[in-house]
Amino acid sequence: MKLLNHSTKYFALLLIVLISIWAVIFYFAMLDEVYDSLDDGLENQKELIIRAVKDDPDLLHDTEFGVNNYTIKKTEIGSHKKQKDSYRDTLMYMQNEDEYEPIRILESIFEQDGNHYKIKLITSMVEEDDQIENLFIYLVGLYLVLILSIVILNNLVMKKVWKPFYTLIDRLKGFRIEKDDPIQQEPTDIVEFKLLNESVERLTEKSRDSYIAQKEFIENAAHELQTPLAIAINKLELLLEKNELSGVQTQEIGAVLDNLTRLTRLNKSLLLLSKIDNKQYLEEACIDVNALVDTITADFSDFAEHRDIHLKVSSNASVSCVMNKDLAIIMISNLIKNAILHGETGKTVYIYIEEGIVTIKNYGTNSALNSDSLFKRFKKSSTDSRSTGLGLAISKAIADKYHLQLQYSFDDQHVFTLIFP
Amino acid sequence: MKILIIEDEPQMLENMRQTLEREQYMVETAEDYKTASTKIGVYDYDCILLDITLPDGNGLELLKQLKQQGKDDGVIIVSAKDSLDDRIKGLNLGADDYLPKPFHMAELHARVKAIVRRRSFDGNKLIEIGNVTINPESRSVHINEKEVTFNRKEYDVLLYMISNKTRLVTKTALAEHVWGDHIDQADSFDFIYSQIKNVRKKLTDATATIEIEAVYGVGYKLQVV
Repeated sequence: MKLLNHSTKYFALLLIVLISIWAVIFYFAMLDEVYDSLDDGLENQKELIIRAVKDDPDLLHDTEFGVNNYTIKKTEIGSHKKQKDSYRDTLMYMQNEDEYEPIRILESIFEQDGNHYKIKLITSMVEEDDQIENLFIYLVGLYLVLILSIVILNNLVMKKVWKPFYTLIDRLKGFRIEKDDPIQQEPTDIVEFKLLNESVERLTEKSRDSYIAQKEFIENAAHELQTPLAIAINKLELLLEKNELSGVQTQEIGAVLDNLTRLTRLNKSLLLLSKIDNKQYLEEACIDVNALVDTITADFSDFAEHRDIHLKVSSNASVSCVMNKDLAIIMISNLIKNAILHGETGKTVYIYIEEGIVTIKNYGTNSALNSDSLFKRFKKSSTDSRSTGLGLAISKAIADKYHLQLQYSFDDQHVFTLIFP
Repeated sequence: MKILIIEDEPQMLENMRQTLEREQYMVETAEDYKTASTKIGVYDYDCILLDITLPDGNGLELLKQLKQQGKDDGVIIVSAKDSLDDRIKGLNLGADDYLPKPFHMAELHARVKAIVRRRSFDGNKLIEIGNVTINPESRSVHINEKEVTFNRKEYDVLLYMISNKTRLVTKTALAEHVWGDHIDQADSFDFIYSQIKNVRKKLTDATATIEIEAVYGVGYKLQVV
């Protein structure tokens, strides 16, 4: 829900409550005023009648409400200690409406020639149900008008006011930390937005700085590791060269060398990844993918043979792509190497080249791999200690760099699909 | 054969010196830009191993100096910074080869020998060992005066082993040289055995006086019988 609608929703709820309370208060206040006015009228009429009775005692015989709206009855003083006026509401049959309607009645006692008389005066009353109904209709009208004006206000005025905010959101959406594209400020007079803009700018700058620092750190660390690795490997190789060692010693040193080589490989992969991230491979050429696949499969033929895996390439189309040659080789050879390494021995690894698509299929573990983590760094599917866990991550990074799609699926075989744009 | 190693890391320098001296090269060393510049100015070398990141200067400047002085010493850039930029710059400035650290000693020998061979002007560019003669330009192999055909990988294996004769060459070093860097991560380098077997068979069939022997499963060694 948009912020604007959100605030409108709360306004609407709040208005219902406010208007309801206001309606109750208003209703009673108005009713009070009406009673007050009616009672004043009745009292005035009473005074007039009492005065008229003094002049014309015949009026004392108007004991029924007929054409008059009063009655006068003789009464004993004893039964009415108080001579105060009393007002009451009651119902009376109305000819015109053909039903009982509420009326206001004033009862009072007056003295005439030593006798006490009780006078009753009536007047027609406000019809409460009609009154409430009217009030309700008008209030609903008021409510709708208020909501409508809020919506209009929001859409016209608030939209304008919130523009810097939405612009900022748009920019944040398009923000990529690896790109050197800082978020530009949208000029605004609103303090909160200014603050937001500044904070976002600071935050993105900081994130970018730490991202770059981290990248540089990985690259520098990998660089710094090269020399000690080289020294260690070469010292052991020198030791082996001297031919002075026993078989067991030679094998032990061979094992150490293997591990150092693994470390070197890991280090190189990390360097490669950071180089891809740093866009350090700029030189591009049109790569003949078919020829590349042929060369790579030829390079891997001994390895495949050793693992008793057949490599079968079927080209039905010629695919080419503009990219860095070294990266193209690394991307495809990692995929093929992966298929051979994890392929089931005695089976065939198929490489299909079709229009814009290269597919590599291999048999292996009989269940799909987790395609979410498959291309992540250091996610190893096998317990093979020689795998660096970076091969597929590197292929993916290269594919992403050149906007190729690298996908994994499983249907009896593990299928890696490379889609060229 | 005179070789100059320019390298600021003393242990690295010592490793290279030791292994090259075993090949009967005359090895001189320089640990900084100034010394290197002086030595280059005074002497001629068959091969210079040049680390381009020196504490007091950029090794690429030494390449420029060589060019200015009209010298054509063979130069192999040895760098911990395997950057494409440096590689291209170095090769454009007249370096013959680029060897990223870390490298195998066997690889160093192969590269140095290739440079020395390319630069030997006495007309003898053939490699002779026992009764085996190799012509690196035509990539042909003669054993007992008779030509024996080796395919690309077999030839590469043979040449690499000859460049490192009587030394133990680990399977890793051999695989990376012949099958390329991208073969790494292969579960073991045992797959190179089939090519070794082919080379051995061809050598034996042609009664060559060299043989490749396996060393404790760690690697191989070429011996002259």
